Amino acid sequence: MNNNAINEVIEKYPSAKREYLIPMLQDVQEIQGFVSKDSVVMIGDHLKLPGAKIYGVATFYNQFRFNKPGQFHIQICRGTACHVKGSVNVLESIERALNIKVGQTSRDGLFSLEVVACLGACGLAPVISVNGEFYANVDNKKLFKILKNLRKEGGTK
Amino acid sequence: MKIIVINNEVEAKEGEFLLAALRRQGIKIPTLCNIDGLDPSGSCRMCVVEMEGRPDLVPSCAFPVYEGLKILTHSERVVTARKAIVELLLSNHPDDCLYCVRNGNCELQGLAQEHCVSERIFSGSKNSYKLDYSSPAIVRDPAKCVLCGKCVRVCEEIQNVACIDFAGRGSKAYIGTAFDEGLNVSSCVKCGQCILVCPTGALTERSHIDEVMAVLHEKKKHIVVQHAPSVSVTVGEEFGLKAGKDVNGIMTAALRKMGFDRVFETSFSADLTIMEEASELADRIQNGGKLPMFTSCSPGWVKYLEEFYPEMIDNLSSCKSPQQMLGAVIKSYYAEREDIDPKDIYSVSVMPCTAKKFEIDRDGMGRGDTSDVDAVLTTREFAKMIRMMGIDFNSLEPDGADTPFGIRSTAGKLFGASGGVMEAALRTAHYFLTGKELEIFEIKEIRGMKGIKEAKVMIGELEVGVAVVNGVGNAQKLLDEIQAGRDDIHFVEIMTCPGGCVAGGGQPIGADPEKIKARMRAIYKIDKEETLRTSHNNPDIKRLYDDYLGKPLGHKSHELLHTHYVERKDIMK
Ligand code: SF4
Ligand code: SF4
Ligand code: SF4
Ligand code: FES
Repeated sequence: MNNNAINEVIEKYPSAKREYLIPMLQDVQEIQGFVSKDSVVMIGDHLKLPGAKIYGVATFYNQFRFNKPGQFHIQICRGTACHVKGSVNVLESIERALNIKVGQTSRDGLFSLEVVACLGACGLAPVISVNGEFYANVDNKKLFKILKNLRKEGGTK
Repeated sequence: MKIIVINNEVEAKEGEFLLAALRRQGIKIPTLCNIDGLDPSGSCRMCVVEMEGRPDLVPSCAFPVYEGLKILTHSERVVTARKAIVELLLSNHPDDCLYCVRNGNCELQGLAQEHCVSERIFSGSKNSYKLDYSSPAIVRDPAKCVLCGKCVRVCEEIQNVACIDFAGRGSKAYIGTAFDEGLNVSSCVKCGQCILVCPTGALTERSHIDEVMAVLHEKKKHIVVQHAPSVSVTVGEEFGLKAGKDVNGIMTAALRKMGFDRVFETSFSADLTIMEEASELADRIQNGGKLPMFTSCSPGWVKYLEEFYPEMIDNLSSCKSPQQMLGAVIKSYYAEREDIDPKDIYSVSVMPCTAKKFEIDRDGMGRGDTSDVDAVLTTREFAKMIRMMGIDFNSLEPDGADTPFGIRSTAGKLFGASGGVMEAALRTAHYFLTGKELEIFEIKEIRGMKGIKEAKVMIGELEVGVAVVNGVGNAQKLLDEIQAGRDDIHFVEIMTCPGGCVAGGGQPIGADPEKIKARMRAIYKIDKEETLRTSHNNPDIKRLYDDYLGKPLGHKSHELLHTHYVERKDIMK
């Protein structure tokens, strides 16, 4: 893990006030893509806060991830349109197929999963995005094909 | 000041919370989140009362009294509200009472009963949680948690560890560790203080009952047991006796009935610890060793130091705890004497402590693949086994411990109370350093429930500064002072649990300060009434050194009775 980057975040908040916790976590996530254990330890040292407390605060907000994003970061839209078109099923299928839950990363490091409020592509509902690339009208059949292709792509790297 | 409770005038004290005033009057108000001695959090709302002139119900634990306050404690509205809270808690609770450790001793169960809850009102889907079975000492079952927050507060505000906290939010909130990792990789010091305050079965000790039962039934091994100094003044409470009643002989008799081949007292090896520890102190003082020296008999404290103050590891005495020392001499000296292969000995200890379950498997314990101690039962587990085996505890005839460790001094017994190790050690250190006995054994300044207790003791010409830290949560202050250069202290006793072992995390559920004080008094009474009050005058200790160990800090001692510590870097603090 890049601890220099975390140190830079910490240096931005020299006065170690506890109200800086959330902005610091946001900065870390911005840089690393997630809130790492190292960052929690280092921020904890700086703000004199126990790790369990930081994690508790961070999990209170939906915005933080605690796993390194996979090679393929899948975002699934849970906006109204997608919901109506059955995005719940898509979500369940992905979770089952990859054996991970929202917020987690698969053990092989290939996939991570995130739910977002709306991807802004309601016409394509239900929609998922993989590393920013959109897939429209996703149903189970389509989904499995997408995952299969991604696995192949990831495996060859 | 007067307040009016259901039309009766009741005396209350300026500045106190309503709950305290009501309790003093013997008015029972149910609570879940309240902890005596800490600020109220007012979160569970079980303690609500109706107040004249206020439309809402008010939590009595967090409401300061004022003159003329008029309240109803059990009006229809109040009782209905409390019942609704219980029903709501039960809606996300497993119906597991019959299989639960706390069955019969559970506050939630009690509340359901008191409020005549007779059916499942809400039957929506329940959250699913993972049981945390990772720790050798503490088991967390979040499914049974009612989110009262007491464990979190005790862990942070009393023990100053803070390895658990609320996580998530709303209906998905739970108590967890950082990154939801197992408690075993957190900074948890395994003290079990959280268990004592948990109203439900969400927190329990890692049970060794099945294992010990199996060995007892098989009868293939030579099964020995030791019981810790404090247990004899607490276990009676599990059988309806009042706090502080000493049942030492009855306990011993019960253990024999259960099938243990030999019964020993850890107070004996507490004497042994004193011999080694006092020698180590004398050695450090005379030869310029690292000072102040810290006691090492409380495994929670040892872990705390290894995590939070690793730079002070050299201050820790290298002595194993009495539990481990007795374990070690049982599987060496005793085994040779009785001509038994140490591998055929199964060694159990009955302890006031959950951290002792962690201690037995520490690096630096045992020899080769022979462990010093094989299983640890808490006071609670011990009581449970007595009941399982149908032993009528209160009708037993008292019995004594077995040779060759049958005699203990009261100094060894003092290990059960905060400050006791220090008093015991000073008696012997004085003798070692001057060749004379201390004139006054009691050191009043280091008794009682204060967080940090200090005294100056003259040993010959030398003024020795001693400090007793009562509860690991008070350690930080003193350790920081020492690191900042304070040098008038030579010896520090630290007990993980506030009150010492009499209030250990393996003791009967609850943390009633009055009970803890009664247990402490019982220990000091034993010390006052008996005549053998110093470890170095214990004839069985002398024999052990003459026959086997040689001298304190000698070669054999180092092999059997001393250990080492590790810096714990990779822990999320
Ligand atoms: S915690 Fe209490 S209410 Fe819950 S299952 Fe155990 S005994 Fe029953
Ligand atoms: S055992 Fe002690 S340190 Fe561990 S969670 Fe409980 S109170 Fe905290
Ligand atoms: S584990 Fe026990 S003490 Fe902790 S919040 Fe849950 S019910 Fe309360
Ligand atoms: S005991 Fe008063 S709110 Fe919980």
